[in-house]
Amino acid sequence: MNIRTFRIGGVHPEENKLTHEVATKVAALPKQAIFPLSQHIGAPTKPVVQKGDKVKVGTMIAEAGGFVSAPIFSSVSGTVFKIDTAIDATGYRKPVIIINVEGDEWEESIDRSTKLELVKDHPELTPEEIVSRIKNAGVVGMGGACFPTFIKLTPPPTAKAECVIINAVECEPYITADYRLMMEHADEILVGLELLMKGAKVTRGYIGIETNKPAAIELLTKKAAEKFTNSDYQVEVVPLAQRYPQGGEKQLVDAVIRRQVPAPPAIPVNVGAIVQNVGTAFAVYEAVMKNKPLFERYTTVTGKKLANPGNFLVRMGTPMKDLIDACGGMPEGDNKLLAGGPMMGKALTSVEVPICKGTNSVTILSGDDARRKEPQPCIRCAKCVGACPMGLEPYLLAKLSDVKNWERAEREDIVSCIECGSCQFTCPAHRPLLDNIRQGKATVMGIIRNRNAKK
Amino acid sequence: MYGVMIALLPALLVSFYYFGLGSVIVCLTSVAACVFFEWAINKFVLGNERNSILDGSAALTGLLLGFNLPSNLPIWIIIIGALFAIGVAKMSFGGLGCNIFNPALVGRAALLVAFPAQMTTWPKVGQLGAYVDVETGATPLALMKEAIKSGDASVLNQLPDATALLLGNHPDGAGALGEICALALLLGLAYMLWKKIITWHIPVSIIGTVFVFSGLLHLINPAYADPCTVILTGGLMLGAIFMATDYVTSPMTAKGQLIYGVAIGFLTVVIRNWGSYPEGMSFAILIMNAFTPLINTYIKPKRFGEVPAKQ
Repeated sequence: MNIRTFRIGGVHPEENKLTHEVATKVAALPKQAIFPLSQHIGAPTKPVVQKGDKVKVGTMIAEAGGFVSAPIFSSVSGTVFKIDTAIDATGYRKPVIIINVEGDEWEESIDRSTKLELVKDHPELTPEEIVSRIKNAGVVGMGGACFPTFIKLTPPPTAKAECVIINAVECEPYITADYRLMMEHADEILVGLELLMKGAKVTRGYIGIETNKPAAIELLTKKAAEKFTNSDYQVEVVPLAQRYPQGGEKQLVDAVIRRQVPAPPAIPVNVGAIVQNVGTAFAVYEAVMKNKPLFERYTTVTGKKLANPGNFLVRMGTPMKDLIDACGGMPEGDNKLLAGGPMMGKALTSVEVPICKGTNSVTILSGDDARRKEPQPCIRCAKCVGACPMGLEPYLLAKLSDVKNWERAEREDIVSCIECGSCQFTCPAHRPLLDNIRQGKATVMGIIRNRNAKK
Repeated sequence: MYGVMIALLPALLVSFYYFGLGSVIVCLTSVAACVFFEWAINKFVLGNERNSILDGSAALTGLLLGFNLPSNLPIWIIIIGALFAIGVAKMSFGGLGCNIFNPALVGRAALLVAFPAQMTTWPKVGQLGAYVDVETGATPLALMKEAIKSGDASVLNQLPDATALLLGNHPDGAGALGEICALALLLGLAYMLWKKIITWHIPVSIIGTVFVFSGLLHLINPAYADPCTVILTGGLMLGAIFMATDYVTSPMTAKGQLIYGVAIGFLTVVIRNWGSYPEGMSFAILIMNAFTPLINTYIKPKRFGEVPAKQ
């Protein structure tokens, strides 16, 4: 078997996939559900409900606020309690819609059966129809970045899509939500892939999976062969050597089809690839075939000290506290709560932060794992330069950000940083490289936007 | 830091074996003096709350400085060397991570200029109980220089053979206490490569360049020693493996490290053959230390996406 991987940098963090073989449970309904108006990259949504309105499961509660945006649907039935602000994953108070849960009544338009629908039985599904259903169902990238999916499927006229790559890498430590989804819903994911290929008008598809998930590779290889042999589509399951950050979009494209996406503003479709997370493929299946908008997702709740870590099918808006309690409650002592995994996850300031479209994991680091080590002086050992998957010089970018030399930071390609944290992970002096680079990157991107706006 | 010290252990033990008491005194003095100066300057001059002596960098500088000295050097001279290494080369630039030049080499270079007589007489091996008062002799490098000056290749016949150089079993004057056994230093290299403390780029490019360049000279004129002998003598192995690879003063990218290594190898051969000192390794490294910031500015890693797409 030819095991591929990306070509520059990378690190090998400890896996800690504690919940690999824990079957997914359906999480209990919350008493109150909280929906931040901004759950995706792009313009925040605008509420279309008011205090006191009755909603059902699947009712749209906020509409897209611009072209790059995605509507939000209620995951519960009940009454709109208020439109207010609450702390979200950024740590700031942001506008939210809060709904008091009453019963569990779904919109009639949603097909709740578990029958597997096939694309060939639905001639009405033209590419345009597929993209429109995806857009209207509020589907965004489920891997964490939350970029609206329909935009990726309709590339600018300067680029031509050649293939769809399903990102089933899950290289981030601890998280197992995508793996469980593959093991439990392989057929739906493959239909989702077919819809994505049809929507993007391509016939080639790849599913990239790291070799630490042999069961998923075997299952999907078998099912894909059954489904796509003698069809119009060529689909290949690509086993990938374990290496972080293989799940990064650009790294995955490099690993699977050996093409490197140029520096920003180029995106994967500039080299012909449309990358979608496996969770997104599943959401696309449900949105197109079951008319079910995006309001629930697979989320891993994990941590070494957690009594019963597990994988959950969660209604969005559920506060993390409910899930943590379902796993045996917050462990004793010092803990760090992360939305996402330990490499890229965001540390949270509150357990009341709700599960959103992009929350693939709730990770609790305890004791020494939760603490940062004291930074030592940089001795220019160049380990960060070797680890950077984008071929950047993290020590330099961190320094330039620290001294606010934005011109030089831009020249040194700070905006190419994918914020994977490999540099900070590998730094023997425990320097907060990524913290500095993130701030620098945000500032430089702001400067570039202003400059472009003036033109 | 401690990994590098472990890698230096074989060479240290070999130096005890060949030089005995002298080696022990020189190394201990050098390490103690370096650690003391680091502590004292941090506390009394810079007023740093947190003292940096536990990170091991000062002790490592001390050990490397000791490795570069003759085993019969008086204690007071060693202390002056340590003051130059830590005080001038390191702390005056801002301490760990901020220095431009390799501290241990600055210490050695300062002593070489200030005390040329003491720094160029090298004890013969095997005088285990002696310290300052020892029998000295000419090093292989001095013989090589003589051969070039006189143009008489037969002088080279007095050189020890490659096996003796590899093991450090010199019949005549040996050299600095840490550099005499190439095998022990290569063991250290193997350890550091295995532990991923350093990459192969700098040592291989230096040794390779010296081998090729001096090999060419040897082919043109046999008064230049053969390349195997050249790479096994003097401070070449010590410099290429432990001094040039110092993180702080070497370039950050693989490409930059290759440029740096090739330049050091080239300069070493030039200084050894045509300069006024028999050994050029330390000066070559110090010269290239000065170019490291320039190399870092202009030699960039290959950015993601610049590779032409392969169909």
